[in-house]
Formats: sequence, C-alpha cells, structure tokens
Amino acid sequence: MTVAAITLVVAACGDSGAAEELETEVVANYADLVHESYRISLTSASKMDQMIDTFLADPTADTMAAAKEAWLKARDDYGPTEAFRFYGGPIDDEEDGVEGLLNAWPLDEAYIDYVEGAPDAGVINMPEEYPTIDAELLVSLNEAGGEANISTGWHAIEFLLWGQDLSGDGAGNRPVEDYTTAGNADRRAQYLAVTSDLLLVHLGRMVDAWAPDAGNYRADFVALPADEALGKIMTGMGELSRGELAGERMTVAYETRSQEDEHSCFSDNTTSDIVGNASGIERVYLGRVGSVDGPGIYDLVAAEDEALADRLRDEIGASVAVAESIPPPFDQHLAEGVSDEEPGRVAIFDTIVSLEGQTDTIVEAAVALGVDLNLS
Amino acid sequence: MRARLLAGLVLVLAACSSPTADLLVVDSGGEGTTNASDRNAFGNSARNLTNDERRRFEIGDSFFTQNWVTAPSSTDARDGLGPLHNAQSCSSCHLLDGRGSPDSGEPGLLFRLGVLSGDEQAPDPSYGDQLQDRSILGIEPEGSIRVIYVDEEGSYPDGSVYSLRRPVYQLEDLAYGEISVDVVVSPRLAPAVFGAGLLEAIPEASITSLADPDDEDGDGISGRPNHVAELATGGSALGRFGWKANVPGVAQQVASAFNGDIGITSPLLPDENCTPTQTECAAAIDGGSPEITRDRFEDVVFYNKTLAVPARRGLDDPDVIAGASLFAATGCTSCHVARHETGASEIEALSNQVIYPFTDLLLHDMGPGLADGRPDGLATASEWRTPPLWGIGLTETVNGHLNFLHDGRARSLEEAILWHGGEAAAARDTFAALDSAQRAQLLAFLESL
Repeated sequence: MTVAAITLVVAACGDSGAAEELETEVVANYADLVHESYRISLTSASKMDQMIDTFLADPTADTMAAAKEAWLKARDDYGPTEAFRFYGGPIDDEEDGVEGLLNAWPLDEAYIDYVEGAPDAGVINMPEEYPTIDAELLVSLNEAGGEANISTGWHAIEFLLWGQDLSGDGAGNRPVEDYTTAGNADRRAQYLAVTSDLLLVHLGRMVDAWAPDAGNYRADFVALPADEALGKIMTGMGELSRGELAGERMTVAYETRSQEDEHSCFSDNTTSDIVGNASGIERVYLGRVGSVDGPGIYDLVAAEDEALADRLRDEIGASVAVAESIPPPFDQHLAEGVSDEEPGRVAIFDTIVSLEGQTDTIVEAAVALGVDLNLS
Repeated sequence: MRARLLAGLVLVLAACSSPTADLLVVDSGGEGTTNASDRNAFGNSARNLTNDERRRFEIGDSFFTQNWVTAPSSTDARDGLGPLHNAQSCSSCHLLDGRGSPDSGEPGLLFRLGVLSGDEQAPDPSYGDQLQDRSILGIEPEGSIRVIYVDEEGSYPDGSVYSLRRPVYQLEDLAYGEISVDVVVSPRLAPAVFGAGLLEAIPEASITSLADPDDEDGDGISGRPNHVAELATGGSALGRFGWKANVPGVAQQVASAFNGDIGITSPLLPDENCTPTQTECAAAIDGGSPEITRDRFEDVVFYNKTLAVPARRGLDDPDVIAGASLFAATGCTSCHVARHETGASEIEALSNQVIYPFTDLLLHDMGPGLADGRPDGLATASEWRTPPLWGIGLTETVNGHLNFLHDGRARSLEEAILWHGGEAAAARDTFAALDSAQRAQLLAFLESL
C-alpha cells in the first residue's frame, strides 16, 4: 500500500504539460456544466412558479393538478444539481449557502400548516403571531429551533400542493378547498406564492455564482490549484453517492419502513428523486449536460488507468439503471409485512449497494489522480 | 505489509525519543479518524467502518438528528415526545453532534436536582432528578431556571487582567408544588459526542492503573474511579461518561438522555420520567412500549459509538510544538493523559486502536470554585471527571461558541484553564506564571486538538 502511494506521488509530480492542460479543461467544463444545470433547473422552476400563480389566481382541481405536474417536472431538473453540494460551494457555503432554504428535508409539516389531529398547527394558522407572511418571515423561520423546522424550499411547496400522504398506495391528497373556502385559505395561498418566489431567488443565485466571465465563485473555482478543484468535484460525487443518497435518503427509509423517511413523501416522487441524484453523479463524471459536452472526470481517470475509468463509468450507469427500476410509489415498499424478497425492496437494496460500490471506486479514482478524498 | 511494519517501527521509535511525541499525533481517534475540519467535523462516521456498519450509522444519525413528536402521530417511528422534556431531539442539545452553550437560547444546558442527606443525594419527591423545562401541549413544564452571572476579576502574575463569570441559578415558575428546601441544582452542559465508543473500549485495568486515590506518589493529584449502577446488569461498573463519570457505558448514556431529556422510553429505561405526583404526565398517551424500539435504539447507540474523532491540525506550527512542551511542563498531562489503547470491542473498527483523548476518565477534586455540591455515585460534591480534550479546537467552527466546563461558564479555553482549582490549582498557577507569549503557545496547542 505504501509503495503504491509513493509511485502515485511520483507519477503526479511527473505530469506532462498535456495532462495539466486536460485538468484545466475538466475543471472549466465542470464549471460550465454546473452553470448549465442550474440554468435548466431555474427554467423549469420558473414554469412551476407560473403554474402556481395560475392556480392561486383561479384555484380549481385542474389548475392545482397543473401546478403539481410542473413541480414534478422542475424537481427532475433540480435532483442532478445535488452532485454540486458537500464542498462548501455556493449551494452550501457556511456563510450564505442556500441549500437549507431550497431543499432541507425532512420537514415537520405541522410547522407550516395543519396536519391530521392538529387542525390549528403551523405558521399559516397562527395569524396573531405571524400577521404578515412574506419572504423575510419565511427565511427567518427556516430551521429556527430545530433542524426539522423547515419553512421554505421544494418540500414546503410540495407539502402545500399535495398535503400529507396518509395512504399507503397514493400521494397526498390536499383538497382544493384549502385554497378557497377552508380556514386561512388566503394565508395558505400567500405562503405558497411567497415560498415559490423565494425558490426562484435562491436558484437564481446559483446560476449567477457559476456564470462565466463574472467576479463570482466560478472565477475563484477555476483559478484553484487543479487537485483542489478536482477534490471538491469528487467530494460532491462521493458524498452524494454514499452518505446522502445511499445512506440518509434510502437506507433509513428502507430499514425503518417509515413513510416519513422517504424523500418526497407528499408527492410520492421519491423514485424520480433518487434517479435524478444518481444521474447528477453521472453527469459530472462524463462532463455532459444540455449544450455542455467537454472532458469530464472520466477522461482524467482514463489518462491514468483506462480500465478503472471504464469500470467507474459502468458502475455509475448501473446505479442509475437500477434506481430507475424501483417501481413507484416508493412508499409501497416500506409498508410493514412487505418481504425483503419483493422486487421493489430488492431494487432499493440493490441501488444502495450499487451506490456504495461506486463510492469505493470514486475513492479509488481519486487516488489514481493523486487527490485525497475525505468522505464521511 | 512489510513496508507498513517498518513504518510502524519508525513511529514507535520516534515516540520514545521525545516526551511530547504523544501530544503531537495527527490521528487522535486511531484508524477511524476523520480529516474533516469544517462545520460537520464532529458528524462523520469512523473511516474504517464497513458498508454494512455505515448503514447502521446512517439510521442512528437519522434518529439522533430528527425531532420526536407528540403521540399519537402518523410519524409513528418517532412519536412519544415527553410528556416532560428538555429537548425534541438529541441534536437539539448536541447540535451537529457537538457541544451545547448556555448562551445560545437553544437547549444544551440542563439541570440535575438532588436532595442531600449526608454524602448521599436522592431525587426530589415532586420534581425527580432533573428539571424538565419543556412539555407537550396540555402538560405543564416543571419550571425554568434563570441564570445570573457574577463577574470575578483576576490578574496574572505579570499584571495582565482577566474577567471570569460565575453562574448563579434561580428556580422559577415551578408548576408541581413546593420543591425540597435543601434541593441542590447542578448544571450539565451537553458535550460533544464523537469518540465515545473508543473511550468505552479502553480496558478498565488501563484506567484504574492511573488511579491514585490516596495520592501515594505525592504529586498532589489523586484520581479516583467512579463506580455506578449499571442498568443492563443490575450491578455496578466503572463510570466513564457524564461530567461526574456517573454512567458506565454508551448504551446507558443514550438511554438516560432519551428518557430524562426527551421523554422517550427505551428497552433499558421503559418507564416515563414522571414522578408519583405528576399524574397528568403519567396518564398522557405514550408512543409505544418502549417508544424507541430495540433495533432503532441500538442503531442510535452504534451511531454514538462510531462518530469519528477529528484529526489534529497545524502540528508543524512552532507555537503548537512549543505549546505541547508547556502543556506537559505545567502538569496538565497528569490528568489529561494523552494516549490510550483500546482493547477488544464488538465493533471491529474500535478494537485495538491507539487513541489520544487527553483524559484519564478519573475523578479529581477541582476545588470549591467549580463544585456543584451534588455527589454522584462515588463522586463527591467537588469532584469531576477529566473531560477528553480531543476536538476542542474545532468547537467554534462547529458550534459557533467557546463555552467550556460542565456549565459552560468559561467563554474561552483560557477561562476554562483559569477555573481549574483543587488538585489542578498547581497546574493552573504554573500556567498563570508563564509569560503571555508562552500562554498563547499553550492555547495554540489546545486549538490544534
């Protein structure tokens, strides 16, 4: 082991000019890819925001269904961007990262609105304590007093559109009357409108932070020493693979069989969420999305060890494929009494194991590049 | 393999060559040490876990971090909060697996109660052994505590001055009748959690071999093991955890905190923390018997045991190296024993590890300034367990504060040192007699931990 490490250091020191050039290209292409990914996400989120406005202007079953449809579409575009977390970039910077405002989960529904057995719960039903629902209030309430006290972001919008999922075989079924005749309907509408607007603001910040030719995070990022930038890129891939996706989002739900522990528990969109996350890792590895198609981490690894590069590509591809095979809704596989031999649970478990396996290979690839990864 | 053996040999030789070698080792927590030094530096799993173990860790993490809710709830795996409690989750007090603060406005400092009779103490008949200042809807919280700080000025021999603050506690809003007139209120700050499994795996004989209860070696330092009730066996065992070494193992620590702090019953403590006079508390709907199932409880215990110890930073800094020598020379290492070896553990990753927690896990008389007046097991009113120092240099990064000691009265590592009294008075005086540059070096050393 020690001998191998020494050899690698020597190899790294002997980088040719061509190899350094490739590293620079990979880092620059990554920055393009992150920018493009957030731009795509902002575009579909803006469409969702329009559909929410349409729904709130004329709340009917049809406009509500259209708003939900738009949320699902927008969610698909956000999922892959989670591969850009876990290294203190714009999304989760210690000082002003917006991850907690955009995507914090799980949330305590009763912090926002009524739940079964607590008809007066939540900020929406507390007009005396919170007379005005605006952006400032919601941001100030987010994660106040506890990590589960979530007031903004994707899952807050999801809860306000779908409501609690109280059935084992379908999504939440919030009545449209919650936005017409029910108590505090106007406050609920205001809450939904404000938190949807906020989502656009926070996503917009990500687009700006990664825009080319500006004095922003991207400019600093591409100026980093290559091994530092590559360390960040691969930390994002590895942390999302194992700790976040295989661990927190899948294992906990799989083992506890608690519906509250599936990721998008109100809309039953969990399978798509998982596929979105897994494909984000693939996106980074291959360096391709939308109009962006340049060298990725794959190309760097291949320059050192082509077989390793191919193996990781195949493993990441296999994780996406096995995640896609989890039959929705995800929560049907969490019910008591469903055997671990049932196809759905087998697919979930196989996805977990596949993600863990690819994480080991990501670490191996990092070693091949002379990058020290510290995955949790 | 051969190369690794040789490397090991070189390290051993190096370790023998300098008295401070043990004070300057990067991997404080053995092979599981994490190199993270960011806000999540206390929240990582030991690096040497298997994938199966990591899954258990993640489940434990989930039940450590997320809020418990009032029963009954559709969130049935996580209901049963209270009725009386101090916090909604483990992470309410151990935010990011770290240390609480008395100044944050969040939970993190709680209060034990005891009614003295001679050298023993018993729970208050109406309020029990801990004041729960929160409750579910429909149940009154037991009361609250007002903290008042009294400033105490002091000065170093070189003339520079400092200010310490001494806390005074007042019980308020007591909702369950009179409390015993001679009740003793003892504060307890939530400590950082990581490394607990490694401390548990230190062989008992290693700890007791450090004891010197009658100070036979005449160095002014005694060191006494606590022996306390062990729930799992019904017997007594060496105390290792808690500010007075009043808890023998991680499982009992977790069960006690679930029960006393969150109101969650567990296989080890199946009864709610209601006293006989708190009838509404006893009658409230529970979240199952027990409220946390055996599997989930064991996952949380596993999580507590396998949180990684963070690695040291800046060990090539000349000030840190000089500070290490001063740390030894002032006598800090008499109690803050740097190096230990773990024995066999049922968790392979914790077995046979060389670790650097900087504690002897023994009780020491810390003088009247820190005494809480409340004996606990064999611990007297003025004895405290030497707390581990690993990771303290990251407290501000993770938790955004520098509150140390059992009640968080210290607002910096320097203040924490200055509060040392009793057996540690000589070491404190030696520290105080250093010149200001040397004091800064010793503090730089502590910040590298």
